Amino acid sequence: MKLPAINFSKKPGEMNRRDFFKSGAAMATVTLAPGVTLMAFGGDANAAASSANRWGLLIDVNKCASDCTACVTACSDENGWENTGNPETDAQWIRKVDLKDNKTGYEVSLPVMCQHCDDAPCVDVCPTGASFKRTDGIVLVDKHTCIGCRYCMMACPFKARSFVHEKVTDQKSHAPRGKGTVESCTLCVHRIDVGGRPACVDACDATGHGAMVFGDLKDPESEISKMLSQYPSTALRADLGLNAGVRYQNL
Amino acid sequence: MVRLLASFLIWVALLGSCATAQTLDVPKALGDPHPEGNAFMRINHMNLMRHDRDQTMRLGNRDIKYSLKECVACHVVAGPDALPISVENERHFCRTCHEYAAVKIDCFQCHNSKPDPKVQIRLLGKVPDISELARYIEEVSE
Amino acid sequence: MATITYQEMKLSPQVWMLGALMGAFIAAAAWAVWFVEHHGHIVTGMNNQTVWGLPHVFAIFLIVAASGALNVASIASVFGKTAYKPMARLSGLMAIALLAGGLAVLVLDLGRPDRILVAMTEYNFVSIFSWNIYLYTGFFAIVGAYLYVQMARGVSPKTIRILGTVAFVWRLALTTGTGSIFGWLVARTAYDAAIMAPLFIAMSFSFGLATFILVTKLLCAITGREFGPLLLKRMGNLLAVFAAAVLYFTTVQHLSNLYVAEHTVVETFILRTGGMITMLFWVAQVALGGLIPILLLFHPRLNKIPANTLIASLLIILGGFAQLYVIVVGGQAVPLDIFPGYEASSSFFDGAINSYTPTMVEWLLGLGGIALALALTGFGAVALRILPSTLSDVQTASGST
Repeated sequence: MKLPAINFSKKPGEMNRRDFFKSGAAMATVTLAPGVTLMAFGGDANAAASSANRWGLLIDVNKCASDCTACVTACSDENGWENTGNPETDAQWIRKVDLKDNKTGYEVSLPVMCQHCDDAPCVDVCPTGASFKRTDGIVLVDKHTCIGCRYCMMACPFKARSFVHEKVTDQKSHAPRGKGTVESCTLCVHRIDVGGRPACVDACDATGHGAMVFGDLKDPESEISKMLSQYPSTALRADLGLNAGVRYQNL
Repeated sequence: MVRLLASFLIWVALLGSCATAQTLDVPKALGDPHPEGNAFMRINHMNLMRHDRDQTMRLGNRDIKYSLKECVACHVVAGPDALPISVENERHFCRTCHEYAAVKIDCFQCHNSKPDPKVQIRLLGKVPDISELARYIEEVSE
Repeated sequence: MATITYQEMKLSPQVWMLGALMGAFIAAAAWAVWFVEHHGHIVTGMNNQTVWGLPHVFAIFLIVAASGALNVASIASVFGKTAYKPMARLSGLMAIALLAGGLAVLVLDLGRPDRILVAMTEYNFVSIFSWNIYLYTGFFAIVGAYLYVQMARGVSPKTIRILGTVAFVWRLALTTGTGSIFGWLVARTAYDAAIMAPLFIAMSFSFGLATFILVTKLLCAITGREFGPLLLKRMGNLLAVFAAAVLYFTTVQHLSNLYVAEHTVVETFILRTGGMITMLFWVAQVALGGLIPILLLFHPRLNKIPANTLIASLLIILGGFAQLYVIVVGGQAVPLDIFPGYEASSSFFDGAINSYTPTMVEWLLGLGGIALALALTGFGAVALRILPSTLSDVQTASGST
């Protein structure tokens, strides 16, 4: 029985080995079958993010309606960012982009958010390690450590990150956000960690368009993996080789 | 030189005498007392928070003993309108001690200092009377 | 053989007035910092599209000039040119002062400057920013030590030479690190290029020496000490070579970009359609900051006039600011090319050219950084024996030790 390598958090300094052991967190799991794990040490297998999963999104651009912004509204309601009438400084975790092919005139629209890259440039450039990738592939900003240098915003190829330019009050308790730090789509970690789906996916389903599929990219039996293996899909700026967790169909 | 030193020491002593033991008016919490005891919490709450935040933020472990949301919900202080007050108000639970100790609180720049209405109702554990219910429904349906 | 004597700068009324002027700018910058801290960056012109702005232009100029200002000392200690020896202490002091000014602007523009301690204790060594923190603080330590051994008695020339060499290599690493902040960004077509590091090295040589010449002349003028015209001309010749090097790297950078299909949009913007950015590039950076100073410094009749060297230094500095503005702000003006072949539009300004207008608080912060650098230089010259009693040509020619 081979134990996979222990995934320590990427942040050096604060959590050393002893702290980690004492915390009693899930340390190593053995995968017997996709989605079924055996705990080698104490703790709840579902308590922590696990590298056995990699969460991703598949967006079918054909099903995305150009006048629909349900995903954007759902995200802002869920996470507490809002349109204050200053689009240049307002945070936008997800946006609808309207595209027009300048040679053929073909038009399409699609949502763009943090692509949760496997090799994220924002994680590479963060001086304090606040921008990090969780073991299950979700790229997050640890706002406790963020110093607000905005280097990650310079580095992101998708302009996914926003800086909080003003004081924030009445934050959603599951989505803390504050002035002077950088933020972006969290793939609704607070929902995923309790077995849910991102708010944008739920909203898209509710409108009946069903353009967004969420699932575990590492699970070959999940709906997203099956669709990815059956239909062609692409990542944005694929030439950068970032291995994004968000993929688009029919783009 | 000696006179300067002497006057400086007297000044320090005067300052010290100003800081007589005050009884802080710490608001009572909603739920049961911590099993570890108040003294333990006073000394260690920041270490617990710092450890737990890494657990949740970095490892995704939400199965921890005390979450900040629950701290805020249990230690809620009601304003004159029976709604929770935020950290802007000096009667906020955290501020009573932190103002005295002159330690700046960084948490509420990002975290909400008022509890989520749903969490608070759960913690109350008692049947709210009609006017409280009506007020809650009105607030939530805005 | 004449020995060099160093004398503190006397606190004349003129020095007090200049100190007060610097103090006023520093106070204004302190107010600006409080204002931005209190209200958030919404009061600045920077936003989610133009993420880094005028403060970063000032900060990067000061940091780049700092490593270049150390050059004068390096030429003396490492390359053995004795004519530069009298200026070596001032060079070290200015390097520290300019870096302090630049870092002050950079740190005070952070979204959470109160977390600077976090930045100094938690590192992600994949990030060049993290390395830069060590490079900058190490620079202070090494140049501080270098300055100390130059001023202490009984230190062997060999020790000075070793420390001077370490400082020289360290400053090259520091400037490479600063250039790589941009050069290692794959996302942006204006930056993603290996040439950014050598370009910044060339800029540091040029801007650093220009700054050094102007500040030295100013200090000599205040204290009534002579700055020999031959020495000035010699430094001017060197400055011309550095300015030419900057033009060379800029040319290679833009020519190379013109050949890369993906980079055509940003090049067209900077070189032709960018409005103010294009003006800054051709008029301020290339003409005023490059061609005219080189003419003033190389032309056999023009470069005999000492004033022309000073004018050229000033023009190079102004051109340097313009160059950094074009790099930092111009580079962000062009939208990211997320959907090649498509015209994009969205509520988040996809596909739109980003405009940026700096606000007063950003100007105040940047100018405060310059004032801090000058104030620290002045303070060092007053408190310590940094300034040589004379830089006359007689003194220099006699091969001072």
